[in-house]
Amino acid sequence: MKIGSTDEQLLAGLARNDRKTIEILYKEYFGMVQAFILNNNGSVDDARDIFQETMIVLYEKACSGTFELTAQIKTYLYSVARRLWLKRLQQMQRFGTKVETLEEVVQVDEDLEDHQKKNEAYLMMDKALTRMGEPCKSLLEAYYLQKKSMQEISNDFGYTNADNAKNQKYKCLNRLKKTFFAHFNKSDG
Amino acid sequence: MDEVLLHDAIDRYLRDEMTEQERAQFENLRNTNPEVDQMVVSQTFFLRELETYDQTKAFANNLQEVETQLQAEGALAPEPQHGKAKVINLWKKYQRTIVVAACIGGFSALCITGLMLAFSPKNNAQIVQLVNKVNNQETSLKAIHQQLNEVKSKIDPKADLKGTGTSFLIDGRGYLITNAHVVKDVSTVFVQNMKGDNFKARIVFENPLQDLAILKIDDSDFHYQGPLPYGIKRGGSDLGESIFTLGYPRPEIVFGEGYLSAITGYNGDSSSYQIYVPANPGNSGGPVLNSKGEVIGILSTKQREADGAVFALKSKNIYMALDSLKRDTTQTYPNIHVSSISIITKLDRSAQIKKIEDYVYMVKGY
Repeated sequence: MKIGSTDEQLLAGLARNDRKTIEILYKEYFGMVQAFILNNNGSVDDARDIFQETMIVLYEKACSGTFELTAQIKTYLYSVARRLWLKRLQQMQRFGTKVETLEEVVQVDEDLEDHQKKNEAYLMMDKALTRMGEPCKSLLEAYYLQKKSMQEISNDFGYTNADNAKNQKYKCLNRLKKTFFAHFNKSDG
Repeated sequence: MDEVLLHDAIDRYLRDEMTEQERAQFENLRNTNPEVDQMVVSQTFFLRELETYDQTKAFANNLQEVETQLQAEGALAPEPQHGKAKVINLWKKYQRTIVVAACIGGFSALCITGLMLAFSPKNNAQIVQLVNKVNNQETSLKAIHQQLNEVKSKIDPKADLKGTGTSFLIDGRGYLITNAHVVKDVSTVFVQNMKGDNFKARIVFENPLQDLAILKIDDSDFHYQGPLPYGIKRGGSDLGESIFTLGYPRPEIVFGEGYLSAITGYNGDSSSYQIYVPANPGNSGGPVLNSKGEVIGILSTKQREADGAVFALKSKNIYMALDSLKRDTTQTYPNIHVSSISIITKLDRSAQIKKIEDYVYMVKGY
């Protein structure tokens, strides 16, 4: 991935979680978002927070595969950052602050609602995994995320045989599901 | 099938680790057993959530790393804000706050100034007037003792407040009657109705001997108020008649009730009545009405040492003054129409007051 790549190439890179793509996007657009936040009652730290969240929204869109780029990445990022910052300002009770809009903006409300849901799920999963503790967490990560075989896991975690490991995996996953869905349903209803 | 084994089977099925035979068997089971099918779906969903979480986490980590790295390289520094630019930026950042603060500040200052202007002079005037009044009255009382015959003309103009008083319309076109002492030595006269609207007025006629003055509202904001609800009584009134007054002893219109206690005024002055009614500085010039809503007099003075001895000029004085105006050939006076017919005769007291109060004005002499 090089500077000067097309928006489509950048999106594809983003979906692959390509580090170089992230770097390019940072170099190209962070300044714009930062200037916007600084001009609207924000700090440098606010700018970094908002830009990260904006990038995650773009990443989610890129991963969804259904994303058709109707606007330039630049416009999209600016619009998302602007909405996120407006929301943050409201949460900080700085009502009545008129946010200057210098750049073109596009409608991103739906995407942000989507992101909101995904972010909630993310935070719940994070909480559930942290709560579970070891060795459950590592065991599940090894099997479900790193896709290791039960045999490898038995060796790594020192189980006497694969059946023991399977038993353990089953119990751990059940616990994780329970915590996750408990949070999930709570926030749903 | 054992729960653990079933789960492991689902996992292996989803990970594509089954032999062809196993797979066929499992798919068969899934097709025939909806519970197993449901478990597969739920497991798929949950694992997708887990994977999404993992990927997003990896992405967020990447973001953080890139940010840290670029920050170390100095690629993310904001545009430098030095010297003047910094001031400009601060101004930009806080200009709304500053503007709002300035507006509030300015507004409060205006409010305070307004309140000061509205209240201070009046209050001060009243206090001064009260002091003056006491001194004056003491002086005049001394004079009374010395020169009993000249009492009336001396006590009358000075016995009441000069700064503010009361007046009432005798002609809906803006002619008000009040006491001459209310507007004595004032250069400018303003009248104020009960709503607080001020109108500029001029003195059309002034007779200190009679203690009567006629004012004309000369203000474009003033509109003809229509026929007066009350009439000005030509004849006399009887002892013991119940009477009431309206006046401005304070910025608010005040009602007072009493009776006619003597058909002559101070020291047998036949041009006045003595009435028993609460009266205070500022009541001067106010109408004294009987129960039919007829003006029988103009509240004008109060005897300091006697409680409840208030004097009101008889209403026929108004007619006498108007007649003298008509006879006066040295100056041309406007034609003032005064009616003696009250149209509120049948109303009860509070309804009468509701009708009358719009026609009673505070007089402010400056």
